[in-house]
Amino acid sequence: MSVGDGGHHGLPRLLAGLEPGGGAITLSAHARVHGPLPNIAPHQLIEEVERSGLRGRGGADFPTARKLRAVADRRRVGPLIVNGSETEPASAKDRLLLGRLPHLVLDGAVLAAQAVGASEVIVKVGDGALDALRALDGAISVRDSDRVRISVVAGPEGYVSGEESAVVHYLNSQVAKPTLVPPRPFERGYRGRPTLIQNPETLAQLALVARFGSRWYRELGTVADPGSALVTITGAVRAPGVYELAFGTSMSDLLAAAGGPSEPLQALLVGGYFGTWVDASAAVGLRLAREDLRSVDCSLGSGVLIALGESACGLHESARVITYLAEQSAGQCGPCVYGLRAIADTVAALASGVAHAGERDRALRWAQEIRGRGACHHPDGAVRFVESALRVFGGDIESHRRGRCGARPAGLPLGETALAPPRLGASERPAARTRRRVAR
Amino acid sequence: MRASLRINPIACEAHGLCAELLPELIRLDDWGYPIIDESEVPADLIGLARRTVDACPTLAVLLDEA
Repeated sequence: MSVGDGGHHGLPRLLAGLEPGGGAITLSAHARVHGPLPNIAPHQLIEEVERSGLRGRGGADFPTARKLRAVADRRRVGPLIVNGSETEPASAKDRLLLGRLPHLVLDGAVLAAQAVGASEVIVKVGDGALDALRALDGAISVRDSDRVRISVVAGPEGYVSGEESAVVHYLNSQVAKPTLVPPRPFERGYRGRPTLIQNPETLAQLALVARFGSRWYRELGTVADPGSALVTITGAVRAPGVYELAFGTSMSDLLAAAGGPSEPLQALLVGGYFGTWVDASAAVGLRLAREDLRSVDCSLGSGVLIALGESACGLHESARVITYLAEQSAGQCGPCVYGLRAIADTVAALASGVAHAGERDRALRWAQEIRGRGACHHPDGAVRFVESALRVFGGDIESHRRGRCGARPAGLPLGETALAPPRLGASERPAARTRRRVAR
Repeated sequence: MRASLRINPIACEAHGLCAELLPELIRLDDWGYPIIDESEVPADLIGLARRTVDACPTLAVLLDEA
């Protein structure tokens, strides 16, 4: 079969074949929906991925073909690692893929492994992701035609343990903490070998590009951001969950996909807890596209969109999140350990009305100084979040000093209250033609 | 020849010698950890930068000379 035959048009793509009920799709049902695993030469796959414009969906947004090439060009390549850690508390897309559509992710993993010359695939998931672990075990046991060995490793679930170098560190020596880069995993990773690490959604997309080709892939989305993306939409929306949407979709259509706002919105958090708060009035004009998001200093990150209603307090919610992020530091780098804690204390004091604007300015100076000074990007993501919080909710600081804040807690999900793996509800309404709803 | 200075933040324990020896390039944050605003080392400071690398008790100062 040449690349580019067949392929269903419109959405859903990744989530095609996902049925109500909650179990993982069987191999035969998977093959009915997407067709058999294509036989495609390594260089041909990498070229097709390059033409597709696919970028990594783990948060870093890096062109997938370049990452594949960086490893394929090396000798003694280590295993391909599927990074299913998904330690972003609000994100549920990777667990949905691994728990419900494991064969699509494994197809992509096997294809990517062959493309870079890896003879083994290791899927790393958090040890609490029981649905994913069960589905992967079941899926691997029935796949007998793969030419690479597939194994699953469960590891700790802390926020930074999903970082690329922390995953490699864990597999090498059971320490789930980031290491100093460079060398990056593609240079020296698993047991010192060049190692490709990919997010499950990236591999699922790759599995479709390998089957249906880059032209098909580009039928959806924009020229700069082709294809579809899985977005976890939560917060003040009527139907929080994981949705597959085309790039270029407007923010208001994104919110509509999740049942629409459950109350008037004051702000959106784009990109999860390493992401950026955007005032609701500025957000409605944005599309799901890098160019639009960059214009407000955002990126899609791990594909999380959190809506904050007007009844909630942005300062309080941000204080909770930055306190959580400070606690999630791996504890290795001084600027992260001391700096994030001090910033978190300041934001909490601002939210409680016991700090003045001068303390805000000092926190902003700390934020600037901390950037780029950790071994990993944990402090960078955390300060990006704080800077946007103080920008968007800065006007509330004075009113908090004058009186009590009567807002209701919005309950943004943190580690201990992470979203359960999404399930298709039995009472699911018929999905609109252009999007697929997965209710939780 | 270009030389650039960086810190291994995992190894660094905030002894602060680097900022004493190379204040032209290294200052300390409020907790005593080094900040490098400009990583490129000018030619006339390379000798001092090498001494700073040797002086760090935890070997956390790295000089990449290319």
